[in-house]
Amino acid sequence: MNDDSVYDGLLGGDSSQWAFGTDFEDPLAGVDTTVPAGIDGAELAVYCLMLGDDTLVLSQRLAEWCSRAPELEEDIALANFALDLLGQARLLLARAAAADPSIVPPLPEGSPVPAEDALAFFRDAGRFRNVRLAEVPNGDFAHVVVRLLLFSIARLAILQELRGSGDAVLAAVAAKGVKELTYHRDWAGRWFVTLARGTAESRRRLLAALEQLWPLRAELTATHPVERSLAAAGVGVDPATIAAETEVVLDQVLAVAEVDRPQRAPLAGVGGRAGRDGLHTEALSRMLAEMQVVARAHPCGRW
Amino acid sequence: MVTVRERAAAVAAAVRDPEMPMLTLADLGILRDVRVEGDVVVASITPTYSGCPAMATMRDDLVHRLTDAGFARVEVRVVLDPAWSSDWITETGRAALRAAGLSPPGPANRPAGPVPLTLGPARRALTCPRCGSARTERVSEFGSTACKALYRCADCLEPFDHVKEL
Repeated sequence: MNDDSVYDGLLGGDSSQWAFGTDFEDPLAGVDTTVPAGIDGAELAVYCLMLGDDTLVLSQRLAEWCSRAPELEEDIALANFALDLLGQARLLLARAAAADPSIVPPLPEGSPVPAEDALAFFRDAGRFRNVRLAEVPNGDFAHVVVRLLLFSIARLAILQELRGSGDAVLAAVAAKGVKELTYHRDWAGRWFVTLARGTAESRRRLLAALEQLWPLRAELTATHPVERSLAAAGVGVDPATIAAETEVVLDQVLAVAEVDRPQRAPLAGVGGRAGRDGLHTEALSRMLAEMQVVARAHPCGRW
Repeated sequence: MVTVRERAAAVAAAVRDPEMPMLTLADLGILRDVRVEGDVVVASITPTYSGCPAMATMRDDLVHRLTDAGFARVEVRVVLDPAWSSDWITETGRAALRAAGLSPPGPANRPAGPVPLTLGPARRALTCPRCGSARTERVSEFGSTACKALYRCADCLEPFDHVKEL
């Protein structure tokens, strides 16, 4: 027995039974990533970044809740959602890199960092394509409930359509994601109602969070030219086409919660640009600075 | 006579899940295919959840076990379609879960058409895997891994994990 290894006695010397794989792994190993005929690989890559950056950035925000939720059960729930969204992001960023390798930031010679990690950790904020709802800083528990509700209503509707995508990878990612977003949305809906109908203080906080996040909601169903083009080609989903469905689902929650729709106008873009174009709030840069610092300090690191 | 493919498939099927070691990858339903291409054994696995952190370990374990069994060249591929369902856990796997004190999943709900919003809590009629009592209560819908919820038996008072329907 090796006294230097704490796992030796526990595992009979077979440490491969313990540690999760420490090498980088390709989440699309062996998956056919050929770009469908008639589709522009560069456009498909941008579209995958849009969907993948949403889930990557929101996953990071949810992960910031770890150890800080009001109850252990909800702490675990949020970490669980963060893990699901991170898994979806890995697949989508890997799919983006396979569709158009030129989008992957260059790394030093000999770096073991795979394309999905290069996209996650070596792009600056201006190259992220997520909606701004995903990036704004966390607030209280009502804030995370409202953010997750607004996001998951829209994302679940998109993924349901995307299951029929002409790109087999996107269709498969969507089919899996539908199962996960279903319980994200249910959890957020339940807590929305619970807080709205709980105490005067919980209702006050819920309404404040809804009021604060409402201007960011319109971006979820605004159409970017890349989305329009790929929707027309049967590969993507035009988010405008799921807008009516998101209103129906949200109204269900608002009715049970006895909450009125806020009257606030959507957050404007700048010169017609918004999150999908790489225009972000300053909060994204700060979040990325923390998220990316270790990877950037050790671009050739092996873990 | 046992073919090379059958022998490789048997080795791969016996590899255990790193998070629920009472289950083999075959029991869990994530081993989708084992074939021989030239002199390479190709094993295909599918993730349970998009973010399943055990995929890399499963890949490494498959490579180790197959290499130990004498297959020099092993490749592990990911299959994303169709998405894994808890319905794929075999009867052997369900029995192994029960024997280890875990509650196996019921049938997965797969609604046709738009996914309905459920504002009530998830309700399951479970029996305690230790004492068989039907008086069980949910402690937390989210548990030690993405695939489990935590329950408690009101009779023997023991907590237990329930593998969730997906």
